[in-house]
Amino acid sequence: MTAPRWSLGHVLTVAAPPLLTFAAFLGLWEWVVWRWRLPPYKLPAPSVIAQKLIEDRALLFSSLEITLSITVEAFIVATVCGVLLALAMAQSKWLARVLTPYAIMLQVTPIVAIAPLLLIYLSPQQAVLVCAFLVAFFPILSNTALGLASVDHGLLDLFDLYRASAWKRLIYLRAPAALPQFLAGLRIAGGLALIGAIVAELAAGASGQGSGLAFRIVEAGFRLDIPRMFAALALLSFSGVAIYGALSLLSYFALRRWHESVRDRGI
Amino acid sequence: MTALVSMRGVGKSFQGDFTVLRALDLEVFPGETLTLLGPSGCGKSTALRLLAGLSAPSHGEILWEDPTRRDQIGFVFQDATLLPWLDVFDNVFLPLKLAGVSRAHAAPRVEEALALVGLSMFRRAMPRELSGGMKMRCAIARALVTRPALLLMDEPFAALDEVTRMKLNNELLELKSKTGTTIVFVTHSVSESVYLSTRIVVLAARGGDIVDEIQIDPRIPRDDEYRLAPSFSQFSRRASDALRHAMAEVAP
Repeated sequence: MTAPRWSLGHVLTVAAPPLLTFAAFLGLWEWVVWRWRLPPYKLPAPSVIAQKLIEDRALLFSSLEITLSITVEAFIVATVCGVLLALAMAQSKWLARVLTPYAIMLQVTPIVAIAPLLLIYLSPQQAVLVCAFLVAFFPILSNTALGLASVDHGLLDLFDLYRASAWKRLIYLRAPAALPQFLAGLRIAGGLALIGAIVAELAAGASGQGSGLAFRIVEAGFRLDIPRMFAALALLSFSGVAIYGALSLLSYFALRRWHESVRDRGI
Repeated sequence: MTALVSMRGVGKSFQGDFTVLRALDLEVFPGETLTLLGPSGCGKSTALRLLAGLSAPSHGEILWEDPTRRDQIGFVFQDATLLPWLDVFDNVFLPLKLAGVSRAHAAPRVEEALALVGLSMFRRAMPRELSGGMKMRCAIARALVTRPALLLMDEPFAALDEVTRMKLNNELLELKSKTGTTIVFVTHSVSESVYLSTRIVVLAARGGDIVDEIQIDPRIPRDDEYRLAPSFSQFSRRASDALRHAMAEVAP
């Protein structure tokens, strides 16, 4: 039997090392800026960045909301499309052969190269959404397809023995067997959706549109408002960590009873 | 006595020219424990898969006395093949769930099967929490829950340590005395085959031809005394000789 994972002691044990390391890093940064009297336009101290974050909170958080809403929308659409396509490919090898090259093509073409093209055909908001979708889509598709195809042959024999229909085979065998890989795909895709949204916002921002966080970074750079750049970057980093953390938590709760990846460890 | 199922001239080849079984003639009689004994690669597992309908014969035919019983097969694989995301109860319930039986209707039968293998206390345990022997008992319960006409067991205890293996052999015999299920058992262990079977069929190393057939009186009590009895040694010696003969046929 394992120890309870949600006791205060356990949470502190898990969270303390990274938090203390982060605090030490910030302390060192603050000291370096103070010791060498670096001006904020060269390297702002963490305290100055925090102050800027509070001062500009209305602007920065409204931009964050826009970036995050695009990220979440793209992530949801990528999840639905990725899973549906993986299911279709699992049912038909012919379809898998036909579609795989296109999926790979989309994955290997840099999103910065696609974004300007999309801006010609779509509104900036739609283009950003499509860019974020494109980068998030492939890990979900490939991981789910791999999971659906990697079912133990003994278990397939068992379902053959009991004359299980294709539907029952999918629901009771292939889908649960693919869950760990699907969730791993989600964790990758969550971060990539944010990156895709930012890259596309940068491309859209260059044409004078957009008010997401990426645009705020570009704008602050033009104004040499380096503390605001760092504040926006910090928000982006925290958002990325939060997305990854939320998806890791989802994975942990979905797999904790049976899968080796979450055995004998916390989140 | 009429055979429950008969294999007549059954052959199996893979990729056209790799022949595992040439032409196997085998009858399985109701209530017996028939063991297919042979060296690795002799086709005993293939014969079992053909009986289960998991594979189609390249030639020959498999005839059932009552064709409706063709689907009443339980299979215990070499690995326990439990679904790791389901607990013990749900793993045993699986064949009934796939047959469309509701959980409420299936529950007494699942409990009965769990009781047969002594896993009632572990109904909510996950497979990863079970020992190798318990996993195999769970797989046996799953195979029995449908009350099969024929129980096929493909080297089910091969991966277990000797003590667990002997314990499970005894449990299988006890289970057999309670249910009376016809069993076809595959092994390459001579002592296991002599201990469990009422009939041993020794297969040749290549082609699956029958080298010897040993009848063992079902009335002999199967206990520790039997393992030390002269009859056990005699059957073991005969099976070993047949096995040696089976392997000598392919020796250079």
